[in-house]
Amino acid sequence: MAAPSALQPLRAGVFELPVGFRPGMRVPVRVYGDAELVAAMDDQVFVQAANVAALPGLVDASLVMPDAHWGYGFPIGGVAAMDPEEGVISPGGIGFDINCGMRLVRSDLDWAELEPRLDALLDALAERIPAGTGARGFVELDDDEFREVLRDGARWAVRRGFGDAEDLARTESGGCYPDADPACVSERAIERGRHQIGTLGAGNHYLEIQVLRPEGLRDARTARAFGLERAGQVVVMFHCGSRGFGHQVASDYLREFLRRMPSFGLPVIERDLACAPFRSDEGQAYFRAMSCAANMSLANRQVIAHRVREVFADLFGRDPATLGLRTVYDVAHNNARLERLPVAGRERTLLVHRKGATRALPPGHPELPEAYRETGQPVLVGGSMETGSYVLAGVSTGASSFYSTAHGSGRTMSRTQARKRVHGRELRRQMAERGIHVRAASWAGLAEEAGFAYKSVEAVAEATEVAGLSRRVAHLVPVGNVKG
Amino acid sequence: MSRDEPRTGWATGRGTDPRAGRRSGSGSGSGDRTSFEFVEGATSDLAFVARGPTPESVFAAAAQALLAATVEEPERLGAGVRRRVVLEEPALDLLLLRWLDELIWLRDARQLLMRAEHVTVQGGPPWRLEAELAGEPIGGGRRLLADVKAATAHGLWVGERDGGWEARVTLDV
Repeated sequence: MAAPSALQPLRAGVFELPVGFRPGMRVPVRVYGDAELVAAMDDQVFVQAANVAALPGLVDASLVMPDAHWGYGFPIGGVAAMDPEEGVISPGGIGFDINCGMRLVRSDLDWAELEPRLDALLDALAERIPAGTGARGFVELDDDEFREVLRDGARWAVRRGFGDAEDLARTESGGCYPDADPACVSERAIERGRHQIGTLGAGNHYLEIQVLRPEGLRDARTARAFGLERAGQVVVMFHCGSRGFGHQVASDYLREFLRRMPSFGLPVIERDLACAPFRSDEGQAYFRAMSCAANMSLANRQVIAHRVREVFADLFGRDPATLGLRTVYDVAHNNARLERLPVAGRERTLLVHRKGATRALPPGHPELPEAYRETGQPVLVGGSMETGSYVLAGVSTGASSFYSTAHGSGRTMSRTQARKRVHGRELRRQMAERGIHVRAASWAGLAEEAGFAYKSVEAVAEATEVAGLSRRVAHLVPVGNVKG
Repeated sequence: MSRDEPRTGWATGRGTDPRAGRRSGSGSGSGDRTSFEFVEGATSDLAFVARGPTPESVFAAAAQALLAATVEEPERLGAGVRRRVVLEEPALDLLLLRWLDELIWLRDARQLLMRAEHVTVQGGPPWRLEAELAGEPIGGGRRLLADVKAATAHGLWVGERDGGWEARVTLDV
């Protein structure tokens, strides 16, 4: 691994690969991160970001976040903003797990109050929130109601009693992607996803019980506005997406675009960058189907948040409202959206692909809920299950990255290598010794997510601050993990 | 890059996966030369190479690789459930994607773990696959491994090589 020699420092925490680094580049590649993070990126990150820079309609630059690593088509940690009239939409710029994202739920509980019941809590969460390969959810839906989910997202869930209006206000896009059209989704996708509402999934998906330590408070005032008020406070963070439904939507359209690419007259740079003109029938159909998958993920996280409240309420024998289990924010990191953005001094509507990157709206942005107008948007950066996670806030200087920032720690090691290095059972023992208790659906899956397989979340969070993408608010430490 | 050449990143790390080297004897006319192995791919994914003397055997070996990524002791999978699938695509590599997608879909939508008992591939274009599948429902104490989301187009390749047939696939997990 080595950064290419053509990579030049632009300003603190920002590097640039000029046009000409790879054939066909229309705009430069901009890489965010400190020298150490950038040097540790796989060389394929730069090649893939440069390939993205060759796509028609790309505006300003192909962006690489500090936690980037090699993906397929786009790097994971890639951002591409397209002119919707001239540009393309690409499943490779979004990922198979469409609208995969994070939710943070704060509580009034103190760690001292929870600690004696942590094992019972983890057992109950693992039992009542299905996880792992092939898991089926606890919400039974027929095809018609599933189509309602696809149209309405988390709003469907709240209508069904899984949550309240405050949850929606504190969910990106109000919990619903407006362009969703179930007619653009295959019956196969519906059949695959219909039973999966309320499931965590597997891979790097998890639900964590975390604690705010005194040293983790970076900006106490903003943290307080986010509902993170004091050291010792218990919170719940979870990471999951649109499950098999989103995977099927992505698979269906990837094959469709591969079949149709020659007729679009677009250059085939790499086949995993298969794309369609955004304004073509195929491009619009994918956008509407992708929006359905985004809504499925929003409904999924809303249902899981509700189930988390139920589990806590049952364990403590109290009404959930008296436990203060309120959503801080729900934000995704694998999607494409039409957004109004400032570009070179004027507002434009752009189609922003974020794959392993999080939107981070600045203070004063009209799309923010009232509670966060002064602070900027909460950004949830999931670290490895051993090192904790970060809450960041959007900043006005983020305009240069289309208000995008990091999404996680970013892998540095393949799943295969991680499994070779430690057995899941041994990892669980080591983590328990350090006060992190795990319930895992699979030993292999647990080993694949070991902390050593990831970059430092501290370094990533700091790099976003130095580069002006977002700022640090609070570091949260894991004490319990339910691993998919 | 020519589609007849292996892509960079595929030739390294062979045999590094604990599941590597498991043999698949299934597939029409596969014989002893049919196999698959997991190789190093992108950091968040699983990648494999499947080999055999014919396209049919490579498709069967690819199905066995997917099964080995999904479940422990895939060789002990039952055969109580049977399915027949017929698929058609304009290119052979698209047919391979569609084939793996069908098996992943059966796992999620129908809760079935399946292997190929008999495969025929006719080309093309269009390329057509007919397969008899046998397997068992998820459950029954069998330990599941990776939740494979999809077969990707990353480095996807299928063709003739070194006197046999070979397929290279990256699975998103």
